[in-house]
Amino acid sequence: MASDDKPVRPSRGFVDAIPHNKALGLKVVSFQRAEAIFELPYDEKLIGNPDTGVLHGGAITALLDACSGAAVFAALTEWQPIATLDLRIDYLRAGDVGRTIRAKATCYRLTRNVAFTRAIAYHEDEADPIASSMGTFMLGTKAAPAAKKMETP
Amino acid sequence: MSLVERLEAAKRSGDFQALFDIVPYSRFLGLSGRMEGDELITTMKFSQDLIGNPALPALHGGTLGALLESSAIFELLWRAETIVLPKTITFTVDYLRSGAPVDTHARSVVTRHGRRVANVRVEAWQTDRKTPVATAHAIFLVMREGT
Repeated sequence: MASDDKPVRPSRGFVDAIPHNKALGLKVVSFQRAEAIFELPYDEKLIGNPDTGVLHGGAITALLDACSGAAVFAALTEWQPIATLDLRIDYLRAGDVGRTIRAKATCYRLTRNVAFTRAIAYHEDEADPIASSMGTFMLGTKAAPAAKKMETP
Repeated sequence: MSLVERLEAAKRSGDFQALFDIVPYSRFLGLSGRMEGDELITTMKFSQDLIGNPALPALHGGTLGALLESSAIFELLWRAETIVLPKTITFTVDYLRSGAPVDTHARSVVTRHGRRVANVRVEAWQTDRKTPVATAHAIFLVMREGT
């Protein structure tokens, strides 16, 4: 999946090394040049409306935030710490009850200081999205030595 | 009882915790609410499960986003005369500093409440209210189903 010129391969480390991703039950589907795909399996603990069983928007926010950050790492040629500056999410429709939500994020622009991402959340059909988001990330933020563990899959 | 009926009962009794406990995701995040003066303060109790960067350590950005969004929704539910479940249309978070591994608080201000749309500003802080960790603005659809 990772090409030779791209040493940054956090892959499963995104879930194993990050407690909240683990608590959400996130799964890394793919991680390649400037793009990441994550999955959030349906889970009752994440329900926002107990009448309908629809998941809370916050869970989708967390999925898109995590996936967008991963897309930035997938775009970097050299590992460096990053921090989300802002994230805007448009909620397009309610997710279907009982179905896994997938997020696909792309880092479409990388500058020396800032990375720009867009992402969508959907079940299986990208043309029928649940949410879309735009994010910006600061590069080279406060060093976090132990996070380097994420480099090894 | 339907969700709206349960929310109305919680509001009538002034039982904030009931209002929060009705939503499974609020329990997952460890949210609680209380009034301070006339402000509804939502608190996300720290737990290891909220960590996004174990090295710093820092809270997961998604947890801060979810706290802010929840605060805005509870504000609308609490202030509304008749309960309509707000549907998030757009939600924008500014992350201002990394979230320390401690409790985080949030409060919301409804900047405009129209017939169909409500605009809400939210801020979250930890030990010092003057230095927020994240702020957000959210736009909600606040129409009754079928109207």
